[in-house]
Amino acid sequence: MMRAEQLFKTFNPGTPIENPVLRGLSLTIESGQFVTVIGSNGAGKSTLLNAISGDLFVDSGSLHIDEQDVTRVPAWQRAGMVARVFQDPMAGTCEGLSIEENMALAWHRGRSRGFGRAIRAEQRELFRDKLAMLKLGLENRLADRIDLLSGGQRQAVSLLMASLQPSRILLLDEHTAALDPKTAAFVLELTDRIVQENKLTAMMVTHSMRQALDHGHRTVMLHQGRVVLDVSGDERKQMQVSDLLAMFEKTRGEQIDDDALLLG
Amino acid sequence: MTPIALMGALEIGLIFALVALGVLISFRILDFPDLTADGSFPLGGAVAATLIAGGHDPWLACGFGALAGAVSGLVTAWLHVRLNILQLLASILVMIALYSINLRIMGAPNMPLIGSPTVFAPFIGEALENSWLVQPAVLAVIIVAAKIALDLFFASQTGLAMRATGANPRMARAQGVATERMVLAGMALSNALIALAGALYVQTQGGADVSMGVGTIVVGLAAVIIGETLLPSRKLWVITLATIIGALLYRLLIAVALNADFIGLQAQDLNLITALLVGGALVLPQLKAKLRRKGGKAS
Repeated sequence: MMRAEQLFKTFNPGTPIENPVLRGLSLTIESGQFVTVIGSNGAGKSTLLNAISGDLFVDSGSLHIDEQDVTRVPAWQRAGMVARVFQDPMAGTCEGLSIEENMALAWHRGRSRGFGRAIRAEQRELFRDKLAMLKLGLENRLADRIDLLSGGQRQAVSLLMASLQPSRILLLDEHTAALDPKTAAFVLELTDRIVQENKLTAMMVTHSMRQALDHGHRTVMLHQGRVVLDVSGDERKQMQVSDLLAMFEKTRGEQIDDDALLLG
Repeated sequence: MTPIALMGALEIGLIFALVALGVLISFRILDFPDLTADGSFPLGGAVAATLIAGGHDPWLACGFGALAGAVSGLVTAWLHVRLNILQLLASILVMIALYSINLRIMGAPNMPLIGSPTVFAPFIGEALENSWLVQPAVLAVIIVAAKIALDLFFASQTGLAMRATGANPRMARAQGVATERMVLAGMALSNALIALAGALYVQTQGGADVSMGVGTIVVGLAAVIIGETLLPSRKLWVITLATIIGALLYRLLIAVALNADFIGLQAQDLNLITALLVGGALVLPQLKAKLRRKGGKAS
């Protein structure tokens, strides 16, 4: 379970470019729930995600993961609870290291690291089996540098890496935005599969209303640093992209001018 | 070139192989441009020389020299990760400070070690007739041991975390790596190796001098660059091997250049040759890439 209460975050406070991104955002995600998050540029999606991961600290408010207060816990100490896949395929994997070395790093996520060998035979077997699931032929390329892979392949490996160790919440940061439509569909399908198989609690930020409604159990819309829409269950099942738009406009009393949100 | 001159070049090459391995850790693995070497190399020498002159065991002196180097690396890293001072600047500050500290340690600008015990002494005959062979041999054993230890470390869980810290710190943190600690530890390790090289250097040269560190970082970097140009690889054990070969080759090239009378070079031209060598090694990979592109188009 993840509980965010009254989060506030302002970038560049006290300067002409002061930017209040989170303005009292509260959101609770129950265990096993898969929430999709939408919102226009600047709505606070990425900031919320970075606050949950610990990449940045909020100015005020509190963050709990499973009753533990993590508001001031640095990212590396939260890693045992938080798994994540980045938007940029380059960001989630380590260039210069091999596929198996990247997976070994993720295999030790949230565990203490000693001076034993990072990759043992049984781990190599595990990595091979996991990679074989992707049906991309990567199981025969364990020692290849990860930067030889395409963006889609890297995102697929990142997803596997995120699921190697248990997590309290999986954060997906527009992880298909940099991919072509076909590859994006593949990675999304893989996401659904991994989340279901491991019964993960997940939060997926997306730019596409279509994706937001088609995946997960619940959809949340952010606007100006707050949750303005929160739908789940039957209400959500019957919902179309156009309904989502209408509800958004009604709530905010204004027109949406972000094309990306409409076209996605 | 006489065999003795050749072995002399090898001997210094082996010492700078240790320096180069240290530079490899800071510049390449941690991506931390660190100039502390110019201070930590003579620091290791000063500490070792002072202890040996004080009648202590030369191996113990080497250990404390390396320890002092580790502390200096730690200070540079701390200035950067905690006080947010630019990496290059932090290392220059420590380097400058070490100049004074080294003078304090030795109590004089130089300290002779003629006739003092060294780590090589037990293997050298009374008339010193075999020292030209023994010193490189002992050094070779130390360098091989250091290389194997480093290879094992960087294949370990912690070593992999350190490599990830340099390659992609944000990803490393997301995997639970305490990146700041990794930078501190890596910089300590890097400068411990460099200071150990300094401690061994004073024992081969028969004394320590406060100015012996000038240009250390350039020589170390030259070795790393020559190594990765000749033997490009992403495998860590190949990279450390290439670095050692780079250091040996660099000193051999210098020795050949200085020994070839027809070129007319003298000892004072050393830094000029170094600059030319490093410049050449930097340009070579680009030339290779250009040639490969042309070849690709033709086929």
